[in-house]
Amino acid sequence: MLGWELPPHNSGGLGVACYYMSKALSQEGATIDFVLPYKADHDIDFLNIYSATDLIPLHRNGMGAYYRCNCDKSCTHASLSSLRDVQSQYGQYVEQLVKDVKPHVIHAHDWLTMEAGIIAKRTAGIPLIVHVHATEYDRSGEFYGNPLVHDIEQEGLMMADRIIAVSQITKNLIVDKYGIPAEKVEVVHNTIDPESLGVYYYDQSTYAYLDSLRKEGYKVVTSIGRLTIQKGLKYFIYGAAKASEKYDKLLFLIAGDGEQRDELIELACELGISDKVFFTGFVRGQAWRDAYSVGDIFVMSSVSEPFGLTALEAAAHDSALLISRQSGVGEVLNNVMRFDYWDVNRFADELVGIATSDSLRDELAKNVSNEYSRISWRDVAKRIKQIYHKEGSAA
Amino acid sequence: MSSKRSVVLYMHVHQPKRIRPYTVFETANDHNYFDNPTWDHGSHNRRLFRKVAEKSYLPTNAMLLDLLNQHPEFRFSLSITGTLIEQAEMWGEDVLESFKRLTDTGRVEIVAETYYHSLAFFYSKSEFEAQVVAHKQKIQELFGQTPQVFRNTELAYNNDLAYWADQAGYKGILSEGWEPVLGWRSPNFVYRPSYTNNIRLLLKNYKLSDDVAFRFSNQGWEQWPLTADKYTHWLNAATEDQPIVNLFMDYETFGEHQWEDTGVFEFFRHLPAKWLEREGNDFATVSEAIVQNDPVDFIDTPQTITWADTERDLTAWLGNSMQQEALKHLYDLEERILKTGDDGLIADWRNLQTSDHVYYMCTKLFTDGDVHAYFSPYDSPYDAFLYFMNVLRDVRWRLSEHEKGSWYG
Repeated sequence: MLGWELPPHNSGGLGVACYYMSKALSQEGATIDFVLPYKADHDIDFLNIYSATDLIPLHRNGMGAYYRCNCDKSCTHASLSSLRDVQSQYGQYVEQLVKDVKPHVIHAHDWLTMEAGIIAKRTAGIPLIVHVHATEYDRSGEFYGNPLVHDIEQEGLMMADRIIAVSQITKNLIVDKYGIPAEKVEVVHNTIDPESLGVYYYDQSTYAYLDSLRKEGYKVVTSIGRLTIQKGLKYFIYGAAKASEKYDKLLFLIAGDGEQRDELIELACELGISDKVFFTGFVRGQAWRDAYSVGDIFVMSSVSEPFGLTALEAAAHDSALLISRQSGVGEVLNNVMRFDYWDVNRFADELVGIATSDSLRDELAKNVSNEYSRISWRDVAKRIKQIYHKEGSAA
Repeated sequence: MSSKRSVVLYMHVHQPKRIRPYTVFETANDHNYFDNPTWDHGSHNRRLFRKVAEKSYLPTNAMLLDLLNQHPEFRFSLSITGTLIEQAEMWGEDVLESFKRLTDTGRVEIVAETYYHSLAFFYSKSEFEAQVVAHKQKIQELFGQTPQVFRNTELAYNNDLAYWADQAGYKGILSEGWEPVLGWRSPNFVYRPSYTNNIRLLLKNYKLSDDVAFRFSNQGWEQWPLTADKYTHWLNAATEDQPIVNLFMDYETFGEHQWEDTGVFEFFRHLPAKWLEREGNDFATVSEAIVQNDPVDFIDTPQTITWADTERDLTAWLGNSMQQEALKHLYDLEERILKTGDDGLIADWRNLQTSDHVYYMCTKLFTDGDVHAYFSPYDSPYDAFLYFMNVLRDVRWRLSEHEKGSWYG
């Protein structure tokens, strides 16, 4: 398996998904050689981990799965060229490795490892499975994105013997934008392991001010994630302003950091709702969990979201969910409200509707929390293992 | 035409109480906005105050006292904000004493202003007046004088302000000598504001003032280096047939904006003697300039002008939506805050009115951006805004605790 990160050195959902997927696959009897682009100690016994470089995880800061660097200011915004160097070394390493360990199939995740996947396929003559968690179309919002990345994705998708997409939305993108035959693409949704969230107690002092206002009847609307164009947060703010016109007991908690922050702050000011919008900056640990808990309503306003694990996390924290139709996670959840990311009127309307009706809010939250964990990683692993077998025997 | 020519030197002394990085997590938990003992090796404001004291206030006051002793003709005016005085009371008895030694000579006049260096005039007349009174009392208490001449924060000025100051009984008021207002007229005379009865107007000669305040150390300036000889020559030329030259600047020009190694102290140490060489040249405080010279014309200023930036307007403080939001929400609280009668809460609310807080949110780049960046303690205007808003929310939280009757702080 060709990956780019594993917890705790992950910059986002890709590492988490790879971790649980591999764990479940190994429990289903698969032997996995997992290649990382950096060297670190892992407390993982279900994988053979290989390091393609001697870089420590810190060095690869800024060239994580979300290469549009969203790390803190101390990071020397890694240029794509240094990322390309790492990718090239990664490819050479994989070329040698497949000769040594002789795998049955190659499972490559996203554009970061697609080139190495192609090398492995050519070297060892084994099937290549490309797993798409996000495409350049998703990362760049409504824009075209980086043509180099797009080209790598195009080649990887064409060379793949089988493609796994994390949602129907992603499959459609692969078919429409990359011209790949639909038969070649399987949809296998990501999921969340409720046990992975661990023991947790909500700490009311973390967001004391928000909690004090909640006691006065305010509703907290949360958005958690990177502040990038992909997440559609400008629409979120426009919708927030619209909703606030109709109902003034709304507060908006935006947890996360990213290059769009300043723009969003200005927009909130221009729309006159700056005192209702709270920016936490990057949060982790307790403050991250508490951001879910303090929220009454969780919003995913993404312009293009292949899956959207945070929505499942929110479902695990008693939130009512309001999700854009452009988010893949909506395909596995029924008890949510939906809107098109650009339809701020509808978004505002739904928001006010949930905020002004406790029975609606509670019903949504209760039902989605019964729903979010229906699919287990074990089910996901079984599907993937079938694909391995099919491709392995076809070769 | 009077045969006397006076240099009217007026300097402004102020340091804000800067807001510490104050996040959403502190809101409703920690009510200390300005200084956190655990932050930045002790208090950020204390550290900056001591830095400015060592670099500017103490050496400049020592120099000025020497000059007052050497030249009986030497005299000047100062404005000192309540915000600065409070910090000096905490961290700079030496600084306060050195200012008192200056005023004890009887040749240093203190100018009136808002206690908190605020823009309250443009938001709340009652709050503005309360701050002017508070400042007057503080000055009387410390320096034993009652200010006669008014200057508003950042020299922000318009007809309404002049009218107010006239009604309030001030002898004079200070403003920027800005061409769009002056037209063909020179700033080197005493004027009367339109629509007033008694008050006089003194206008900053910004060219000669900024030669010292901004350009002194600029090696790209064709006049660099500026010597006392050369500058005196310019002053004499400017006052050939004109009675006064108003040199208004930040006090921190000496040693802080212009560091000691630029030679600014040496320059100024020689200036009075050079200026006094010529027959009829002397110095005047702002009140003296007003008494000694008849006004020559009315000045009509319907629009607000300031002494800042190339635009000379309030856009450095109120130009963008963040700044407008911040102050709108702040002043919206006035009635409720005052009603609590909680001195600590009221003082915090007033300290948030200090204009520097919104100045740090300024996003004007262009030619003035570098000045703004130099003065900001934050990474960006956006950070300044977020910290301010989080503090404001905490103020609201305390307010609602008060109103619920559950505040014991």
